[in-house]
Amino acid sequence: MAKITLSHLKHSYEPQPKGPDDFALQEINLEWQDGGAYALLGPSGCGKSTLLNIISGLLIPSEGQIFFDDRNVTALSPDQRNIAQVFQFPVIYDTMTVYDNLAFPLRNRGVEETIVNKRVSEIAEMLEVEGILKRRASGLSPDNKQKISMGRGLVRDDVNVVMFDEPLTVIDPHLKWKLRSKLKELHHRVNATMIYVTHDQTEALTFADRVVVMDKGQIVQIGTPVELFERPEHTFVGHFIGSPGMNIIPCMIEGGVAKFMGQTIDLEGPIRSGSSKNCEIGIRPEFISFGESNLRGAVKKISDVGRHKVVEVVLGDHKIAGIVEDAAPEQGETIGVILQKNQTRVYRDGWLATEMAG
Amino acid sequence: MRAYNQKAWFFVLPVLMLVAFNALIPIMTVVNYSVQETFGDNVFFWQGLDWFEQLLRSDRFHAALGRQFLFTGLILLIEIPLGVAVALSMPRKGIWVPVCLVTMALPMLIPWNVVGAMWNIFTLPEIGLLGYFFNNILGIPYDMTQDPLAAWITIVTMDVWHWTSLVVLLSYAGLVSIPDDYYRAARIDGASNFAVFRYIQLPKMKTVLTIAVLLRFMDSFNIYTEPFVLTGGGPGNSTTLLSIDLVKIALGQFDLGPAAAMSLIYFAITLLVSWVFYSVMNNQSDGEG
Repeated sequence: MAKITLSHLKHSYEPQPKGPDDFALQEINLEWQDGGAYALLGPSGCGKSTLLNIISGLLIPSEGQIFFDDRNVTALSPDQRNIAQVFQFPVIYDTMTVYDNLAFPLRNRGVEETIVNKRVSEIAEMLEVEGILKRRASGLSPDNKQKISMGRGLVRDDVNVVMFDEPLTVIDPHLKWKLRSKLKELHHRVNATMIYVTHDQTEALTFADRVVVMDKGQIVQIGTPVELFERPEHTFVGHFIGSPGMNIIPCMIEGGVAKFMGQTIDLEGPIRSGSSKNCEIGIRPEFISFGESNLRGAVKKISDVGRHKVVEVVLGDHKIAGIVEDAAPEQGETIGVILQKNQTRVYRDGWLATEMAG
Repeated sequence: MRAYNQKAWFFVLPVLMLVAFNALIPIMTVVNYSVQETFGDNVFFWQGLDWFEQLLRSDRFHAALGRQFLFTGLILLIEIPLGVAVALSMPRKGIWVPVCLVTMALPMLIPWNVVGAMWNIFTLPEIGLLGYFFNNILGIPYDMTQDPLAAWITIVTMDVWHWTSLVVLLSYAGLVSIPDDYYRAARIDGASNFAVFRYIQLPKMKTVLTIAVLLRFMDSFNIYTEPFVLTGGGPGNSTTLLSIDLVKIALGQFDLGPAAAMSLIYFAITLLVSWVFYSVMNNQSDGEG
C-alpha cells in the first residue's frame, strides 16, 4: 500500500521526440492517494493505457519520475514494483486449473503453501468462483476468465496498486453491471488503491471516487463524478461526460458580460480576465427549460429516450439541447429557451473562465 | 411419408470417379499384386496371404523396419526441440523478422535429390569440404561411405538441416499469435522465463507442434530420395530404410508380389501411428475443454 506520485512525467514512443506532437503523454504531475478508487477516463488514443503501463513498469517514461511513497521506482521492473494489472482481454494460463491460476503469483514469490491456500480460498469466495476451483481454466466463459484475471491481481495482499485496463470490454452487457459492482465491493474489502481505465463514462462514474479525465495526452480534470458533471473545467469534459453532452455555443465578451445573439446571458459569476477572443458558453441540457425568454428558436427534433425527452432547438446557427421530463413542445414550434443562471458558464480557449458566485 | 430425392447421388459421381482414379484403382492394383505370384508375361498365380506371412517373418524386413523407426525417432528427437528453441530465439518484431524467415525457409526450397547430392559431395572423405576438414585437418576419421556410424550421422544431420525449418516456422507461427498482454501479465505475476515457456508459450504452440510432429513423422517415415542419393542404403545395408528396401525388392529383384505386400504393410504402419498420435493429442485437448 502506498501513495503514488507522478512527477513531471512525459512519454514519447519516438526515440528522438521533436515537438509536443511526438509525445503520447504531455507533462503530468499527479498524486494517487493510498486506498483510493480512481478511474482514468478518456477517448481511445488519449494516452491512458500509456500512463497505466508507465505506473505498472511495463513502459519506462521518456522523462520524469514515479514514486511509491518516497521510493523512486522509475527504473524498477513490474514484479519489483509489487503491482497488479488486469488487461482488456482476459489472461489465463490455459493448462492450469482455476486454483493454480489464482495461486500462480503467490507461488512465483515463494509464498508458503498454507498461506497460498488461505488467500486463494478468500479470493475465490469474494469472486464467487469456489465451485470451479478444480476446473481447467481454458474452458471457462469470458466473464469467469476475467474474474480469474482479476483474482490473480487481488490475491497478493501486499500490492501497491491494482490497475484495470478496460477490463469489461469482452464481457456481455448484462454481466458488466454485475462485475462492476463486484469490483466496487472488492475495493471496499481489500482496501488497495485501484485505477480503472475506461472510455465508458458510466463505468468510470460508477466505479470511482475520483475520476481523472484525459484528452490528447493531457489531464483535463480530476474530480468526483459530481464535480465533473456539474462544473466541467474544460469543454472536453462537458462534452465527454453526460448524455447528451454539454451545450457549447460561441459568444462575445463585451465589457465583462457574455452576449449571444445580441442578448446578454446571465452567468454563474464574474468572468476572469483574459485576452483570447475565443469564448464559448457552456450549459448542460439538464439545466435548460423552455418558456418566456428573449432567446427564441424553432424546435428541430424531439427524441424520446425513455426517462425523459431531449428537445433540440435551433438558435441562430446553433443547436441547443434541453431535457424535459413531461410535456414536450411540438416539433416546428417556436419557443423561448431559459438558461439556468447558476449553471451557465463561459469557457475561454476551452478552459473554464467564470468564477462561482459566493 | 417423406419423399427422398435420389438425384443427389448423381452429383457425387464426379468425386467418386476422381477418387477412384487417383486412389482406389492404384491401391487395388497393389492389393491385387500382393496376393499373386508372377514370372512376367502377364501370367499370374494365386498366392493368398503367403507374401504377407513371409514378409512378417523375414529378418530383412524386421531390420529395415527397425532402421526406419530408429531414423524417424532420432530426427524427431532432434528436430522438434531444436525447432522450438530456434523459434523462441527469433525476433518477434523489426526488420530481422523477414530476414530470419527467408533464411529459415531456404533449405526447404531445395529439391530432395539436390539435397542428397549436396550432402554427398559435401561429406565425401577426400574431396568433400566437411569430409576433408574432419579427416585431414582435425584428424578425426570420418568416412560415410565405409563406416555405418558415420553414414548414420550424415543422413540424420542432413535431415535435420533440411527439415528443422519446418518445425521452426510452425512454432514461430504459434508464438507470434500470443498477445503481448500474456507476457505482460506473466511479468507482473512474477513468472520466471521457464514458467512463461511452460505455461504460456508451450500450451499456445501445442496445436502447431502436433501438426509439426505428424508431418515430420510421415515425411521421415516415407523418406527415400535423400538417403538414396547420399548413401544408396550403404555401407552394406546399414542405411537401407524401408522405402529403399522396397524399391530394391520391387524394381531391383522384380518381386512384385512381396513388394506389394510390403507396400501395404508399410502404408498401414504409417497410417496407424499417425492416427494413434493424432487421437491421443486430440483427446488430451478435449479433456481440457
